[in-house]
Amino acid sequence: MSAPLYGLVLAGGRSSRMGEDKAALRAGGRTQLEQAMALLAPHVARAFVSVRKDQRSDPLRAGFEQIEDTRADLGPIAGIIAALERFPDSAWLVLACDLPLLDAATLEFLVRERAAERLATAFRSSHDTLPEPLCAVWEPASRAALAAYVARGKSCPRKFLSGADVHLIDEPNPRALDNANTPEEYAAAMNTRSEAPAAATRQVTVQYFALLREQAGRGTESLVTTARTPRELYAELAHRYPFTLDPAVVRVAINSEFGDWSAPLADGDSIVFIPPVAGG
Amino acid sequence: MTTPFRFSRVTIDVAALRAALADPACGGYAAFEGWVRDHNEGQRVERLEYEAYEPLAVREAERIVAEAVARFGVAHACCAHRVGELRIGELAVWVGVSAPHRDEAFRACRYIIDEIKHRLPIWKKEHYVNGDSGWVNCERCAAAPRDHDHGHGKPGARP
Repeated sequence: MSAPLYGLVLAGGRSSRMGEDKAALRAGGRTQLEQAMALLAPHVARAFVSVRKDQRSDPLRAGFEQIEDTRADLGPIAGIIAALERFPDSAWLVLACDLPLLDAATLEFLVRERAAERLATAFRSSHDTLPEPLCAVWEPASRAALAAYVARGKSCPRKFLSGADVHLIDEPNPRALDNANTPEEYAAAMNTRSEAPAAATRQVTVQYFALLREQAGRGTESLVTTARTPRELYAELAHRYPFTLDPAVVRVAINSEFGDWSAPLADGDSIVFIPPVAGG
Repeated sequence: MTTPFRFSRVTIDVAALRAALADPACGGYAAFEGWVRDHNEGQRVERLEYEAYEPLAVREAERIVAEAVARFGVAHACCAHRVGELRIGELAVWVGVSAPHRDEAFRACRYIIDEIKHRLPIWKKEHYVNGDSGWVNCERCAAAPRDHDHGHGKPGARP
């Protein structure tokens, strides 16, 4: 039985390099804090914003449930510890508020891949392969280990995760966790977003039969994908599973009817890849 | 109207299927039975497993039967296919056709079984006497994807 999942948005930083409050920066009509809370909401039972004592009555933060840091001057790890101490039976989906490219598919993937028996589930950075602590699920069992870690005078959550029993996963969208610490980085990220809007995703169900069922190790799965066609979806799955069939010999069915490899995939589609048949 | 196609997890009841094709206007009846053979491509087969993507297979089979009726003018046609584990000698597939005259019945029966083998999403795993097993038509596709017929040929192609 895994612990219930609560959400925590870290917006307590001093934004020394940004020169202004990162949580209050706007993208598409919403502040980054509001955007992060909205992304969390579908996945968690309750969502909180992490604050320092002097931020409690800040108008932007006052609209949300808050968890106040209990240890001063430790940075983001203080917010994570405060949350784990206040609700020790919950796991925490922790999110930094300065991830302007974070998309819903990335969070859905994280929650789906969560390994509740480990201390945490985190993305492996596409830049340096280190764990990303600020878009991660922290389990109740991490509380004692974190307390011991800061008691030794350490405060870097990334280094903590690097040495801990953590389930590491790859980002489905390698730019999703790019953060913005300076006004220039933020402007660059916003530019990226307007040029190539966060890749559209769709949720599809895939059923596997015969050889593909054996190679996928499952009969069916529901997944969120950026693939636009069955051809792209098969290529994506062939990375994940040891498929041996060349797509040239496979046919595709969409919603229980033979379909085209280059047909556009829609949200809710049910896809079957049909290996060479052998009835009769 | 007889059910044009059905999957069966147990022995196919041929007598019942044949009875449903009876028609005073028909003077000819042809049937085909596909049985599980004890060898394939030089290997001794011990048993078989059939697996199907049933919703699509049923739709496609209904289209095949409708095509046979339209093309050859037969009165009735139906077909049944097993899924699950089968032993040597068991009936794997059955096709029956009734028509005013024998020629249409033979030709429609042949058409239906050929199309079924090529078009229905049904897969066959052979378990060999030596302990190996393999999905028929799938195991060599990766190595030589275009060297042989994978069962996706044009309608009417011979098996």
